[in-house]
Amino acid sequence: MGLLLDLIRRELRLALRQGSDSLMVVTFFVLTVILFPFGVGPEPGVLERISAGVLWVMALLASMLSLDRLFQTDYEDGSLDLLVASPVPLFLLVLGKVTAHWLTTGLPLIVAAPLLAVLLQMSPDGFLILIAAMALGTPVLSLIGSVGAALVLGARRGGVLLSLLVLPLYVPVLIFGVSAVDAAVQGFETGAQIKILGAFLLAAGALCPLATAAALRQATE
Amino acid sequence: MHRYANPARFLKIANAILPYSLWATVLLTAVGLYMALFNSPPDYQQGETVRIMYVHVPAAWMGLFCYIGLAVASFVALVWKHPLADIAAKASAPVGAVFTVICLVTGALWGKPMWGAWWVWDARLTSMLVLLFLYLGHMALVNAFDDPGRGAKAGAVLALVGAVNVPIIKFSVDWWNTLHQPAAVFRMDGPTIDTPILIPLLVMALAFKFYYLTVLLWAMRGEIAAAKLRSARLAEVHAGAT
Repeated sequence: MGLLLDLIRRELRLALRQGSDSLMVVTFFVLTVILFPFGVGPEPGVLERISAGVLWVMALLASMLSLDRLFQTDYEDGSLDLLVASPVPLFLLVLGKVTAHWLTTGLPLIVAAPLLAVLLQMSPDGFLILIAAMALGTPVLSLIGSVGAALVLGARRGGVLLSLLVLPLYVPVLIFGVSAVDAAVQGFETGAQIKILGAFLLAAGALCPLATAAALRQATE
Repeated sequence: MHRYANPARFLKIANAILPYSLWATVLLTAVGLYMALFNSPPDYQQGETVRIMYVHVPAAWMGLFCYIGLAVASFVALVWKHPLADIAAKASAPVGAVFTVICLVTGALWGKPMWGAWWVWDARLTSMLVLLFLYLGHMALVNAFDDPGRGAKAGAVLALVGAVNVPIIKFSVDWWNTLHQPAAVFRMDGPTIDTPILIPLLVMALAFKFYYLTVLLWAMRGEIAAAKLRSARLAEVHAGAT
């Protein structure tokens, strides 16, 4: 457990000192969302209708954009070999790395999302559910993404390949995330969608680290 | 099981099966198409367009079946490191992808006259599209590494992760009440299709199964030959160097 915290602390320190990662993800998120009013026109009705979908799709892409950093640098400088060789179960280490990845990329997205929701004229009824749904959904994105990031280590054109592997698996999170916010905006119950997102988080938390660990073992063989 | 890991023994069995499975494919396809196109009644509501079903439904089944084959082969390859399982997985993916494409295209051709749209964002259509992308991702990943063994292993992990989509596709029409009609053949209380329509459908499904078997054995034979060629070339290079 102490080792796990050490690992998370190391990742966070690296992210803070190199600095640009979290900032880049949030900037990408903000910039791409801001493109939509230019693309579809500034009418409040249209923007309000698409706001939940736009925020979720862009959060998804922004989260994916940062995935190649998850294991790539460790893979290149050899520290991944040390992690794999350590006596701690590999899936715990993966869980630690994913937690750190979520803290540096998922959390800033959640902070930025309500602000962008205001810019997209989303009704205030949706804000709380948007934050709740993203708090449950973005860790799932990091977990699923870690599988893809581990699989493409050492592959040719890894970045493009990563999006092909990961985006189809992101679809369920997108569907229920958007549906929760849309329901809240229209004044319906949102319990079911939030519970399903919670179920995704539990299932992904249990299964994805195992798959990622298997993929990492192959990459470092 | 490792008795059959020997490529020579496998090739012997494959060569024995291949002529039969090839003829079974040809005959069943001919009989199935004849029954489907000429010897089955038109639907009282859909008229002649119902005949699209005889290709569409078996192709959809095969799209899922090939993925199950891919996932099982990947599991065997990961757990027992069975060398032929890697080859089987690599050979299954393109076949499944093509069946999925056939299913989507015939579905679009059928959807236009029936629903008035080539495509709707219905749960089953969407999950089949995701299945297609899983196949494409698998094929791209397997070929993305300089070391073919590493690609095969990475593909195996991906295939198992993607297997969560299979039950979602199968039950999507039951869980969500959408435009695509619910399952009519494989259900607890027996098929709800009339026998004259069901028989050609099953014949076509069998034909597609044999097609998969034939192509799978062919592709595996080709992969084994390619591996032999590679090692022969390497041996040649080594002999030349010393």
